Amino acid sequence: MSDDNKTNKKEPLTTSSEWTFDLINAYDHELARIANKYRLDTYPNQIEVISSEQMLDAYASIGMPLMYNHWSFGKHFLSNQQRYQSGQMGLAYEIVINSNPCIAYLMEENTMPMQILVLAHASYGHNSFFKGNYLFRTWTDAESIIDYLMFAKKYIADCEEKHGVEAVEEVLDACHALMNQGVNRYKRPRPLSAGEERERQKEREEYIQRTLNDIWSTIPQQERAQEKTNERFPKDPEENILYFIEKNAPLLETWQRELVRIVRKVAQYFYPQRQTQVMNEGWATFWHYTLMHHLYDEGLIDEGYMLEFLHSHTSVIFQLDFDDPRYSGINPYTLGFRMFMDIKRICEEPTEEDRRWFPELVDTDWLDAVHFAMKNFKDESFILQYLSPHVMRELRLFSIVDDEKKAYLEVDAIHDDIGYRQVREALAAQYNLGNREPNIQIYNVNVKGDRSLTLRHYMHQTRPLSESAAEIVKHIHRLWKFDVRLESVDGEEIKKTISCPKHTESQKKTGAMIGMT
Amino acid sequence: MSIVIDRRLNGKNKSTVNRQRFMNRYRKHIKKAVSEAVNKRSITDVESGSSITIPRRDLSEPTFNHGQGGMNRQVHPGNKEFITGDRIKRPPGGQGSGGGNGQASDQGEGMDDFTFNINHDEFLEFMFDDLELPNMKEKALHETVEFQTHQAGFTTDGPPDRLNIVRSLRSAHARRIALGGGTRRDIRQLKRELREMEVQPGAYDEERAQFLRDRIKELNGKMKKLPFIDDIDLRYNNFVKVPRPSNKAVMFCVMDVSGSMTQEIKDMAKRFFILLYLFLQKNYKQIEVVFIRHHTAAKVVNEEDFFYSRETGGTIVSSALEMTRDTIVKGYSPNDWNIYVAQASDGDNWEGDSSVCSKILINDLMPLVQYFSYVEITDRQHQNLWREYEGIQDKFPDSFAMQQIKTAADIYPVFRRLFEKKEA
Repeated sequence: MSDDNKTNKKEPLTTSSEWTFDLINAYDHELARIANKYRLDTYPNQIEVISSEQMLDAYASIGMPLMYNHWSFGKHFLSNQQRYQSGQMGLAYEIVINSNPCIAYLMEENTMPMQILVLAHASYGHNSFFKGNYLFRTWTDAESIIDYLMFAKKYIADCEEKHGVEAVEEVLDACHALMNQGVNRYKRPRPLSAGEERERQKEREEYIQRTLNDIWSTIPQQERAQEKTNERFPKDPEENILYFIEKNAPLLETWQRELVRIVRKVAQYFYPQRQTQVMNEGWATFWHYTLMHHLYDEGLIDEGYMLEFLHSHTSVIFQLDFDDPRYSGINPYTLGFRMFMDIKRICEEPTEEDRRWFPELVDTDWLDAVHFAMKNFKDESFILQYLSPHVMRELRLFSIVDDEKKAYLEVDAIHDDIGYRQVREALAAQYNLGNREPNIQIYNVNVKGDRSLTLRHYMHQTRPLSESAAEIVKHIHRLWKFDVRLESVDGEEIKKTISCPKHTESQKKTGAMIGMT
Repeated sequence: MSIVIDRRLNGKNKSTVNRQRFMNRYRKHIKKAVSEAVNKRSITDVESGSSITIPRRDLSEPTFNHGQGGMNRQVHPGNKEFITGDRIKRPPGGQGSGGGNGQASDQGEGMDDFTFNINHDEFLEFMFDDLELPNMKEKALHETVEFQTHQAGFTTDGPPDRLNIVRSLRSAHARRIALGGGTRRDIRQLKRELREMEVQPGAYDEERAQFLRDRIKELNGKMKKLPFIDDIDLRYNNFVKVPRPSNKAVMFCVMDVSGSMTQEIKDMAKRFFILLYLFLQKNYKQIEVVFIRHHTAAKVVNEEDFFYSRETGGTIVSSALEMTRDTIVKGYSPNDWNIYVAQASDGDNWEGDSSVCSKILINDLMPLVQYFSYVEITDRQHQNLWREYEGIQDKFPDSFAMQQIKTAADIYPVFRRLFEKKEA
């Protein structure tokens, strides 16, 4: 090779597979420089080196550096520990937390090339996604999550001391079961308050509000009552069940309401992550791939590093076929990575097909295009917008309809000219949380009578609820403390009702209660 | 812009509390698993930890999900031969129609049982949960008395290394305040007079002022002479030695080794003894075990002989009881030792001997021991020894217990029954 080439290339910082803090710092410095070239805007990074045991701990507390105590985290810890020790499960190389500064964990067992990969993936990939994507910008407060968790942990510990671990657990169990139904989907929540002070103040506010709340007022208001007999409470169905319980459950004590609120806030914090799995992982994978190649092109890492990186990268984006016994759905890393790579390809080397499908992308700056995609979409809309025939063919995607009325499954679209749009729509719908999770809303409270709570499950394509629903109704009953009914509705027809307590003898009680008023 | 932090030295057992919570919540399940494990395990293995299995359905955390049925559309990768309109037989169990089970993938084992490990200590804790040693006493030992050092206030005398600086300086300060109090008051008064004189020009008297100044100076000098710290200020930490009562226990294993005792019965007896030994170990620091075997004559032997040597001949239980009594009298004074006797037999005894046994027990042995447990390992009818012992149980309901073991599976339940916590 000519000498000119060599002078352009830098020397690798190291070729040893052992990592040191100096090396991590040095490579982080290089990565930051390159990331800046690609306009990756990130929160400051806080990189923490931990051991595998600590990683297991972090796993158990849903990745957060601190979390309140609950038996279910212990259960996850034990199950992960068991699987890790028996070799069934490898640990993720990294965990990254959507906070400011953005905390990323590196495992001490990783080799140096792996540490660089993780840095690129987490500290520059995920980090810039957290900072840039509109869902995260709208719904989460990276600034205050750690503070809030600290408050929550302390508050719950205090409650445990005051009211006993079991009483707290009962409320938390019920709330955890309703976590996915504890998020606002359309309204931006008020930002998490940083300090306890404001929290306390809010709590007082709520308390006053509740005592003034006239829906539970037992003073008879006959005329009005007759006027409004048919009016439901709440007027419009409420989809945030935890919110509704926090504000309206008749018999909860103030501290119990606060617990409901904490779980609700945590659920809200994780809500964007559940909606952007493909994009988030795809983005991070796309950038670790790009950044690692850039490092290699500059000569900062050698072929050995590159081979180890590629080995790991290919196993991350490996997609099993549907007929493989280990198959468990589409790998979000694969799908996301391929889609971002494809956007870049369409911009730089479009085919005739691409010109027809993506006229707005062809011959534009790929960097602008991927940044735009990252910022303004969630999984569902991202797939609907950007999944190209090329990727569908590569992954050989096909769509299957399973209708219980028929004795067979039917392939209704494959990766061909007629099927592209259908497959794309089906896949996008699959990532729509609204379809994926049952649509359950608070429908009515019998305010004037037995205070019973009615929830409605609006069936999506006549799909019923799984069996665990009965358990959850029990949990809701634990919080509401009066009768709870869950009706599965298809159109206008009530298909199935689950109620708790099962044998409703509350009619008599109701009579007594009305008599009292 | 980035900070790298080494967190490896931070605590790694963050999950301990949650793990503990989990174990408490599923105590019943774990206990059941432990008692099954105790029965199944080989004798030598009883001491190690164990893996505990709980059915997964018992610890589910329910969430709202779609169930089977209805209309469902799913996209899968890796198409090989399908074309639009192909019909496929519904796979059994409706795999793939479980909509939205994308998140179920990380728990791929589905309905498997939930298995995790507990360590040796936890295993023992669950094993002996709710059990107690009857009549446990702390007995002082006169020969090798153990002492524990306790902080016990402060003294005015002691070696320099025990000097308590804070206390010493505090009492010095107090002394200086006390001794200087009068002088300081005088100084204050004189100063006030001097100031008043200075502000009222008419009343200024040079002579008097000079006197006041001298006096103040003199008194200040006196104050300075007060020593900053004096011998009487010094305080020393005081430590006292407190003799600690020691927990020592001796366990007598008494077993019939006559011809009628098969190896199988001996194995069962051995398991019982091991359980008792572990249980004692949990409660006492130091345990000695004495093995006494008997047929027509009793003998103190080592463990190996106790369990594995074969003898034949008749059975005279009283010989063993006498041997036990003699050994206690010789080496294990009840003042120093907690004495536990566990006897195992198939229930055979020579006709005339049973009444002798009961006499020895009532007169000599029972007053000495903390607890006497008798297990009869037989699936036949009770023999005369059992009936004789029933009389003793009536006399010493607190310290005498007997149970029958029919099969190996009975051992642990019987053990639990023997050491059940008595209602207070």
